[in-house]
Amino acid sequence: MPAVSKGDGMRGLAVFISDIRNCKSKEAEIKRINKELANIRSKFKGDKALDGYSKKKYVCKLLFIFLLGHDIDFGHMEAVNLLSSNKYTEKQIGYLFISVLVNSNSELIRLINNAIKNDLASRNPTFMCLALHCIANVGSREMGEAFAADIPRILVAGDSMDSVKQSAALCLLRLYKASPDLVPMGEWTARVVHLLNDQHMGVVTAAVSLITCLCKKNPDDFKTCISLAVSRLSRIVSSASTDLQDYTYYFVPAPWLSVKLLRLLQCYPPPEDAAVKGRLVECLETVLNKAQEPPKSKKVQHSNAKNAILFETISLIIHYDSEPNLLVRACNQLGQFLQHRETNLRYLALESMCTLASSEFSHEAVKTHIDTVINALKTERDVSVRQRAADLLYAMCDRSNAKQIVSEMLRYLETADYAIREEIVLKVAILAEKYAVDYSWYVDTILNLIRIAGDYVSEEVWYRVLQIVTNRDDVQGYAAKTVFEALQAPACHENMVKVGGYILGEFGNLIAGDPRSSPPVQFSLLHSKFHLCSVATRALLLSTYIKFINLFPETKATIQGVLRAGSQLRNADVELQQRAVEYLTLSSVASTDVLATVLEEMPPFPERESSILAKLKRKKGPGAGSALDDGRRDPSSHDINGGVEPTPSTVSTPSPSADLLGLRAAPPPAAPPAPLGAGNLLVDVFSDGPAAQPSLGPTPEEAFLSELEPPAPESPMALLADPAPAADPGPEDIGPPIPEADELLNKFVCRNNGVLFENQLLQIGVKSEFRQNLGRMYLFYGNKTSVQFQNFSPTVVHPGDLQTHILSTWSSPLAPARPLQAAPVSGFLDHERAQLAVQTKRVASQVDGGAQVQQVLNIECLRDFLTPPLLSVRFRYGGAPQSLTLKLPVTINKFFQPTEMAAQDFFQRWKQLSLPQQEAQKIFKANHPMDAEVTKAKLLGFGSALLDNVDPNPENFVGAGIIQTKALQVGCLLRLEPNAQAQMYRLTLRTSKEPVSRHLCELLAQQF
Amino acid sequence: MQFMLLFSRQGKLRLQKWYVPLSDKEKKKITRELVQTVLARKPKMCSFLEWRDLKIVYKRYASLYFCCAIEDQDNELITLEIIHRYVELLDKYFGSVCELDIIFNFEKAYFILDEFLLGGEVQETSKKNVLKAIEQADLLQEKTEAMYHNKSFIGSKKAY
Repeated sequence: MPAVSKGDGMRGLAVFISDIRNCKSKEAEIKRINKELANIRSKFKGDKALDGYSKKKYVCKLLFIFLLGHDIDFGHMEAVNLLSSNKYTEKQIGYLFISVLVNSNSELIRLINNAIKNDLASRNPTFMCLALHCIANVGSREMGEAFAADIPRILVAGDSMDSVKQSAALCLLRLYKASPDLVPMGEWTARVVHLLNDQHMGVVTAAVSLITCLCKKNPDDFKTCISLAVSRLSRIVSSASTDLQDYTYYFVPAPWLSVKLLRLLQCYPPPEDAAVKGRLVECLETVLNKAQEPPKSKKVQHSNAKNAILFETISLIIHYDSEPNLLVRACNQLGQFLQHRETNLRYLALESMCTLASSEFSHEAVKTHIDTVINALKTERDVSVRQRAADLLYAMCDRSNAKQIVSEMLRYLETADYAIREEIVLKVAILAEKYAVDYSWYVDTILNLIRIAGDYVSEEVWYRVLQIVTNRDDVQGYAAKTVFEALQAPACHENMVKVGGYILGEFGNLIAGDPRSSPPVQFSLLHSKFHLCSVATRALLLSTYIKFINLFPETKATIQGVLRAGSQLRNADVELQQRAVEYLTLSSVASTDVLATVLEEMPPFPERESSILAKLKRKKGPGAGSALDDGRRDPSSHDINGGVEPTPSTVSTPSPSADLLGLRAAPPPAAPPAPLGAGNLLVDVFSDGPAAQPSLGPTPEEAFLSELEPPAPESPMALLADPAPAADPGPEDIGPPIPEADELLNKFVCRNNGVLFENQLLQIGVKSEFRQNLGRMYLFYGNKTSVQFQNFSPTVVHPGDLQTHILSTWSSPLAPARPLQAAPVSGFLDHERAQLAVQTKRVASQVDGGAQVQQVLNIECLRDFLTPPLLSVRFRYGGAPQSLTLKLPVTINKFFQPTEMAAQDFFQRWKQLSLPQQEAQKIFKANHPMDAEVTKAKLLGFGSALLDNVDPNPENFVGAGIIQTKALQVGCLLRLEPNAQAQMYRLTLRTSKEPVSRHLCELLAQQF
Repeated sequence: MQFMLLFSRQGKLRLQKWYVPLSDKEKKKITRELVQTVLARKPKMCSFLEWRDLKIVYKRYASLYFCCAIEDQDNELITLEIIHRYVELLDKYFGSVCELDIIFNFEKAYFILDEFLLGGEVQETSKKNVLKAIEQADLLQEKTEAMYHNKSFIGSKKAY
């Protein structure tokens, strides 16, 4: 072995690194670095041509500085020069620099590609490898364009050296992952598969990775790899521990290759050929047998390598899910690991068992380990292991053990790490609902959840218990009794007050017969918590009180007294004040009959997917689905409760909470509420509520738990069952917008550009411009992952005033894009009431990892509108369908044309618009610091002109503009009066069209 | 594998290898977050953790932490042994490797890694073959350096 020349070729570099290490402070380090940078810069710029060695040294120094975390903005050219050096070491440093500091400077890329091209053609295997490493390290699209066609040739050429083949295989893999479209399939694919037979184990190791990736997209083309992989695997598995020489790792023959081969086989169903299948099953059995043999070495590397193969084998067995014998053996093996002294093995065994639990063959076998798993949940010292145990308990839960598992998880919750409490709460809530035999147990469990971990009980959880209690009359009395008792605790969580308040308000009458829970007792119990609660809870309690007046006329006087108290009627909070005022009036004006109608019990909620399940899926993100989905083929879980079916999307953006539970997500009312039989009073009182059906609870708080659609017929079967999973939905049925849709929309009311949406997978950016009644919007969809999105299809729909009213041209790949000019015209003619014509261009149905696609929307405002169009984005990510619905940031104010006018004109027009319905006014609290400049900018962004010297008070803002639509123009005047002392605003809008006034007022009021 | 990081107990990054395209800003953010998470873990804890939608596999050797991010379906144990094999390669090359070797010869650490892993996949698991490739390079280096020193010596004479 030659003496290793550890960098002695570059003394200057070693000195520099020592200097940096000797720096006492960050400042000293920066100073030293700046000095060095200046030195290098002057050397590079100097008149004297640098020799290769110096260039290499300086480039290496720059690289070191960059790797320390500093920015480097020069030296790229020198590094590129090194690439064409004949000296291996200079070339090598040049390539390293390029690999680490890629720069998409096109000029440079061309030079780099040129150098690579020369090296690839050099027939010098070391140079070729360097070039291939560089392509694999950079993996950019430009490099793919330049080399993707050449590399397959190098890979399968008969005269390529083994090391070159290895590099070529993985280089191609990287390019294929980055830009699959650039790698041409062809005659070489068959020859690549035969690399599985190569004599050189290293070549096989590299080639399997490539084949695994390629066959995922083209399974049929690579089908022959199955039998080759099986025979290769079988040869390795049956070989003695020393047969493979240097490819034996701590007495385990070729562990990396074995794992890769087992991974490759997981891309396919079990082999069809009986002989191949027999051979494979034999392999799998051998691996399971070997696990029982005494270890050949005490070293952890030996057991790790051996168990790596074992776990991959088990993955394959689970993937096939067809060999009951193997599944049970796998489960027993994992059972042994559950008590292994190695933490790593316990962790992996718990993780792997989670997937076994979902197989019908091994579900029972997994269940036998329940005590061990519960013990792990209690005693493991590492939180990540406990987390796995909790996951496994969740996965193995069924009707037979639900009570035990739920009670163990509840117990664990008391001491659980804060980081995972919310998830445990969700899981308990789901299991309790899914496996509830009697609903009193369910109610007890949820109330226990609130008691133990109230802070972690999200809205979804307590909404859900209310839905279930409302829908099941057999549990209502029990629920009322239990919450009543729970509320008697001296300190109870606010969520308990919410649940208690709601349930007693609905069903308090069921326990009123008992003198210990007579109406006055119920009321005073609730009211004793009132002052400790947040505004939202107090608002809910006020609704409970008005319901009490209906349920228990004897409490009317007391409650009216409470409502009448100054602390309510003059409450600083608008919502509370309004409720107090309205309820008080309602209770004194309305007759008992009217009251009984208005305050009737809530109708059953329509059934749909549990919002809790959706939330859990959202929390876990994609990838975790398999372990968490309840798609277990457990026939027993369907009979009574009809197990909750997994939804196709793990992101599940159109969460049921959006419409079922999201008050804030409810679209503003499109029309004034229909007058009720009860008379004019109600119109005034409830004009803010989103719905005014007599049977619904009257307050916004209750209305947000209700649905506008007719309630589902009540039957025990339908209660927890989900609607049948729809077949692949067409582009038309788009989901409801995500809960944040309104919030996101609000961000764009006063501006036109920005990021509309972002999650782990996708970012959507918006750029838009509007002129008169026309607008153009650019949507940028960025794939944040490294995986290609498939079937990517964004669609725009405008719900209009009818839900089915669709005006856009589809951009789905199913329908050809319509000619440009046709859409708005036909849209207008087809639908005379059309408000907006949105015309979209089709986008590519695939979005590569890290790539961005752009979509252009042409928008024409035909007449005034209130609801923004919906943007629905669907795609497949790693096989899982994703969908997402957002509100497109197109609001009526985008079509504002600012109008300048003198004070006199303004006041004259203001007076002309003096009918009550032409004016909309809102008084609201400032949500942001009250800065005049910011306010001005927002008003201008909103679209109106700002008129100076109109309002006598210089603090106030006055604006004017015209909303341009194709059908008509709407003149708008606005006035905003800030009150810095009270941190309040008063906003007044006057327009010639009543809904427009109100809508603009609402839009604008949310901006301050 | 999506990336590999080597960092010291003090949290200093010693080597970073990214197999997925990320901006420098993201890389720095990920590094900061992971270094913090891993350093906070106690010695007896398990070597795997879930992080974002990836799995982190890490192991400590003396003062250095080796930390790999793999995808959901990747094998944790074999990744642990990837780390070990890399340590063995460094050890064989430098002769009982220590953190200082990697600091002063960082480029060599990268070269060895490139021979072993390419594009995030294992390229060559034979210790002999990996080191042969690196030693060949070293031989070339010495040869060319010897040539270089001679030439420059003569060259400088001529120039004057």
